[in-house]
Amino acid sequence: MSDALLQARGLTKHYGARLGCADVSFDLDPGEVLAIVGESGSGKSTLLSLVATELAPDSGSVSYRMRDGVMRDLSRLSEAERRALMRTDWGFVRQDARQGLRMAVSAGGNVGERLMGAGARHYGTIRGTALDWLAKVEIAADRVDDPPTRFSGGMRQRLQIARNLVTGPRLVLMDEPTSGLDVSVQARLLDLIRGLVAELGLAVIIVTHDLAVARLLSHRVMVMRAGRVIETGLTDQVLDDPAEPYTQLLVSSVLAA
Amino acid sequence: MTSAKITSATIVPALEFRDVAKTFTLHLRGGVQLPVMGGADLAVYPGECVVLGGPSGAGKSSLLKMAYGNYRCDRGTILVRDGETVTDVASASPREVLALRRHTISYVSQFLRVIPRVGAREVVASAGREGGLAADRALARAEELLSCLNLPERLWDLPPATFSGGEQQRVNIARGLIAERPILLLDEPTASLDARNRAVVVELIRARQAAGAALLGIFHDTDVREAVATRVVDVTAFRQRQAA
Repeated sequence: MSDALLQARGLTKHYGARLGCADVSFDLDPGEVLAIVGESGSGKSTLLSLVATELAPDSGSVSYRMRDGVMRDLSRLSEAERRALMRTDWGFVRQDARQGLRMAVSAGGNVGERLMGAGARHYGTIRGTALDWLAKVEIAADRVDDPPTRFSGGMRQRLQIARNLVTGPRLVLMDEPTSGLDVSVQARLLDLIRGLVAELGLAVIIVTHDLAVARLLSHRVMVMRAGRVIETGLTDQVLDDPAEPYTQLLVSSVLAA
Repeated sequence: MTSAKITSATIVPALEFRDVAKTFTLHLRGGVQLPVMGGADLAVYPGECVVLGGPSGAGKSSLLKMAYGNYRCDRGTILVRDGETVTDVASASPREVLALRRHTISYVSQFLRVIPRVGAREVVASAGREGGLAADRALARAEELLSCLNLPERLWDLPPATFSGGEQQRVNIARGLIAERPILLLDEPTASLDARNRAVVVELIRARQAAGAALLGIFHDTDVREAVATRVVDVTAFRQRQAA
């Protein structure tokens, strides 16, 4: 008997003749952090888009345990159900904050908007909750009315996190949330994510090319190459005792500081 | 995972290696095979402190890492008993291994894997919470351990990244000992400590042993080894496959 939160089965996607990803299956438990690692073009972002139902697979399925405990095939949800799920019970933190935020709306508005999308109507409550969350992600109160166009890269990512977590999701997808940031900014963001994930018991699927990020955040890791999962297991086991030639290459290519 | 009922009258090992074999294959070196272990058989009972002996490179650390699920096994079983539950680490799923680490096995390595921005006391207390202590109890116990290990109080709120090797190691020991799990794996926990702090660690180890924990460790210092070992096992014997 499985009590998985999410089950992916046989996910396959081609872009024309080119393979995106092939026959990927996995289970994700509540509170579990799964890292998908691999180099550019390995299919990890395609896989994440399939899980997020932003891409339709050629074959395969994704099922999710809804809040009522029933496992549903996501492709069978109505559009209204799917949208409700994505804006309340799921979060998606993107590499490019411009895709995850409304750049012309204030920071407070970005967080409040998602709360309203989840059904909140009382302005005072919305503003109060938004402020709480901005404080949690270390955005100073005097920046609440600024739009994210005036934020640094690290602040934008923290704002994305607040926007996603404000509705109390059970599953958060993250696509390279720390890449492109200065290392000190990256460390701060990683630590913030690590703390929030543990505190809130979130299930997370994080796509990263950075093995250190996978080690710091994840319980389990899937290594992808050329669209296929080539190795999977406990994160420290895969990183400390990699079995596949390609995983050994990835692990040995990391520069030690 | 295997599960079996054990009667309370029998004394059974808490940790048992049966014919455990391990070879590293280095694919980037043309597939060179590095045999580490040909067949390890070892049982560690509650209240024992078994010290692994043998020259450097004999596979002592590998054995500990296999017991913690950090290295895979090619063959054999590693049975971990907690109460009436028996888990074979060698064949356990990642979730089962994580559950063992939460409830049953602690591992103190030589080095602290530091986390940016998290202070020493919190590094220790969070390990206590993960091991099931209530938040206030975890904090109090973290402070007890850090003071007993002579880590100056002014360092408690600072992230250990900037600490000396010995200071980091003491944080690491506190982290490994705060949750009192029935099995404790120790990989040179005293390597960079002075005599005073080595003596503290010896006392902490003896206390865990007296409380009935099963300990398996590697100790380079002869004085520490002699103070804690109930038995020394030379792992060189595990290099060759042993007769069944």
